Amino acid sequence: MHDITENILELVRLTSTDLPPDVEAAIHRAVEQEESGSAARGALETILQNVELSRQNSTPICQDTGTPIFYVYYPAGWSTRSIRQQIEAAVVQATKKAYLRPNSVDSITGKNSGNNLGGSHFPSIHFEEVDGNTLTIELMLKGGGCENVGAQYSLPNDALNAGRDLAGVRRVALDAVYQAQGQGCAPGILGIAVGGDRGSGYYASKETLYRKMEDANLDPQLDALEKKLVEDSNQLGIGPMGFGGKTTLLGAKITHLNRLPASFFVSVSYMCWAYRRRKMTLTNDRVKFE
Amino acid sequence: MRSLNMPMTDEAIRSLKVGDPVLLNGIMITGRDAAHKWMVDTFIKQTRHAQDDDLQVYAAIKPLLAGSVIYHCGPVVAGLDTKDYKFVAAGPTTSIREEPYQGMVMQHFNIKGVIGKGGMGPKTLAACQEVPGVYLHAIGGAASLIAQTVVKVLGVYKLDFGVPEAMWVTEVKDFPAVVTMDSHGGSLHASVEAHSKAVLQELLARA
Repeated sequence: MHDITENILELVRLTSTDLPPDVEAAIHRAVEQEESGSAARGALETILQNVELSRQNSTPICQDTGTPIFYVYYPAGWSTRSIRQQIEAAVVQATKKAYLRPNSVDSITGKNSGNNLGGSHFPSIHFEEVDGNTLTIELMLKGGGCENVGAQYSLPNDALNAGRDLAGVRRVALDAVYQAQGQGCAPGILGIAVGGDRGSGYYASKETLYRKMEDANLDPQLDALEKKLVEDSNQLGIGPMGFGGKTTLLGAKITHLNRLPASFFVSVSYMCWAYRRRKMTLTNDRVKFE
Repeated sequence: MRSLNMPMTDEAIRSLKVGDPVLLNGIMITGRDAAHKWMVDTFIKQTRHAQDDDLQVYAAIKPLLAGSVIYHCGPVVAGLDTKDYKFVAAGPTTSIREEPYQGMVMQHFNIKGVIGKGGMGPKTLAACQEVPGVYLHAIGGAASLIAQTVVKVLGVYKLDFGVPEAMWVTEVKDFPAVVTMDSHGGSLHASVEAHSKAVLQELLARA
């Protein structure tokens, strides 16, 4: 069994301070869409400057380093209890090094634990055993501003004229973007889960945010809807930071789960432009970050 | 771009309009969810008795807030062990959560500027007209960049709220923001919301 605490610490540092290239490229494309001299363009230019500075200085892109959400895909033979301990040790160190803000607060006493640990759900860690001999750990840092504007709809929704079909999914998703305005740090990325129960729906809506910005949905209907949602949302005129402008969404990712006959949930997780998610793999003794 | 020195005069505030970019200089304090609730419960509505260091903190922050700015920010701070504090990352947090409190807090402490992101609602806009005050929008997530304008951390109150929720007293130089709510009733957020609502209705009317 390897001790991978140092590698996980590096994964946390990378995630907090170095925006993934696919996200940065999407913001670069968005800058070109906005009129020169506009507040929208100014906001995106500042964002890109900040991304560069954070990378150079190894400082957090955003001070809200969010909930650390880990997905661990482990080959047979690894101890999940041991991996959990190493993740927790890495998170404590990352907090000391100011890669993470102490973000774990007891909901009843209001006390901040100071080290990003607390209970069995902070940080959030999911385990899944996989074939082969590669250990993969994915990490997303999702801040509170964007988490707060997530929404879950139970269809049919009469007010939005949304029935139990993909047209209904489009309607409620657009409503979620409208309701969010600039408060989730637009331009955002939507993770949408159709179906499931209230719990599994929200989980799946976040899992789908681990996809790459430019990948296509394997289901052509959902792929078309993802593109349509971005196109429609960008007509809303909310723009970067809610300043007005053409870039309200950078992307949308849709997944689906089986549901009960009685339920039809659409769970929408909103991710801010500071779309921090990174991956490390360990194969034999070789560690790779991406 | 216009430089504003804190504390600010009523004339300076009234001359600001929605859309004006500004650079702030001087002393400002951070305060967010816990701080706003604490100020309102303990000193404004007085539904909670002052305890521990509440009165000393009140006496200390009152002159600092008068005519100055409160910043909705939960920073990443280095030097917690040595108390040689330095802001590492310090972008704005979402302001709308303070909407139930902000107007009262502005009135009580004579706060003339609120910095945050995402904008605020009608109660805060009304307070901006009365105090007078402005809402200043900083770029959400631009945390490393903004931290560089915090030249000095002068002290901290209510650290027992936790690092993000504590009230950090800072000296800033050329802190960048844009006026998005002014003292004349103008709000960029209200107009963007109204426009996007109309577009949403059109989009929903299509198949």
